[in-house]
Amino acid sequence: MAIDYKALKNGGFMRQIQKNHFSLRLKVVGGNLTASQLRAIAEISETYGDGHVHLTSRQGVEIPFVRLQDVEAVKTALEVGGVHTGVCGPRVRTVTACQGSAVCPSGCIDTYPLAVEISDRYFGRELPHKFKFGVTGCANNCLKAEENDVGIKGGYTVDWRAEACTLCGVCVKACRAGAITQTDSAIALDRAKCNHCGRCAKACPFDAWAAEPGYLLSFGGTFGNLIARGEEILPILRAKEDVFRAADAALAFFDQYGRPGERFRLSIEREGWAAFRQYMHQHTSKS
Amino acid sequence: MANPVISGAVDITDVVCPVTFVKVKVALEELEDGQVLSVRLNDGEPVQNIPRSLKEEGQRILKLTDNGDQTYTLLVRKAGD
Repeated sequence: MAIDYKALKNGGFMRQIQKNHFSLRLKVVGGNLTASQLRAIAEISETYGDGHVHLTSRQGVEIPFVRLQDVEAVKTALEVGGVHTGVCGPRVRTVTACQGSAVCPSGCIDTYPLAVEISDRYFGRELPHKFKFGVTGCANNCLKAEENDVGIKGGYTVDWRAEACTLCGVCVKACRAGAITQTDSAIALDRAKCNHCGRCAKACPFDAWAAEPGYLLSFGGTFGNLIARGEEILPILRAKEDVFRAADAALAFFDQYGRPGERFRLSIEREGWAAFRQYMHQHTSKS
Repeated sequence: MANPVISGAVDITDVVCPVTFVKVKVALEELEDGQVLSVRLNDGEPVQNIPRSLKEEGQRILKLTDNGDQTYTLLVRKAGD
């Protein structure tokens, strides 16, 4: 029987240079695994691999040196251990995330549940080429949002609350964008300079900055053969459903205009950024 | 706000992160809850980060004053656990 390497690869079994050996890619969302999943992975690696695992550049785990004849047994062992196989090929890949506001003091949004929702909605969906989502909690950008085809970055929209402010001056210094100035009686925010990092609100000792969390999206990032930064073409989005509306539109655009084997970035560039912008505005504005 | 009574002072302009924050923490340890510590700190990273780190620790920032010589004076009230 001929071996369908393509089907194996699509199912996460990556062919190695060693004949009949595969590096098995696992499904990981937002870089999180439970201790019990890790135990299952360790056991599979010792039983069917060579006792080591590889941590990929995108928060994934691969178990190398799985032999062809063990593929089915490994699949069963994974299922028992509550671990799923990853994907490769022209489809939506692992959704990455930093720890976000659930763990990190700098976080502006809860990244993990969002990564899970994105993964549940899009993971494995077939497209003209690979497609990566990444979610980062704040402007520190530990997760490198703009490297992704669609990057999501948490941010705050802030408003000064005069009644709570003591003009202590902490926010003026905390702001790295130079967007805040202070006079003897007031604080002024230059919204054109504000990058939504939220440092003013986080640093304020008196809660004198009202802060609304939101999502900054970037499109067309790629960091492989071609290195290009994703572009922010929409204003900060306040509602999660708007994030999904935008992501739906981006994938629909790629489906419609992308050529097989062409990254999202190149499809956008071929159609033109102006056309992409217009498409996104059309498909994300609420009627 | 009336000027609070200052019970302790620490100068962190001669050290760098993370010793800056450690020195402030040690100085706070020596105070009673509710007492006020005066911290002299440099412009740049220290003044951007020390007030926020203290807030995250549950301390109460009272005032930040620009000394006009690339240093600042931060008044912080020690909070109970």
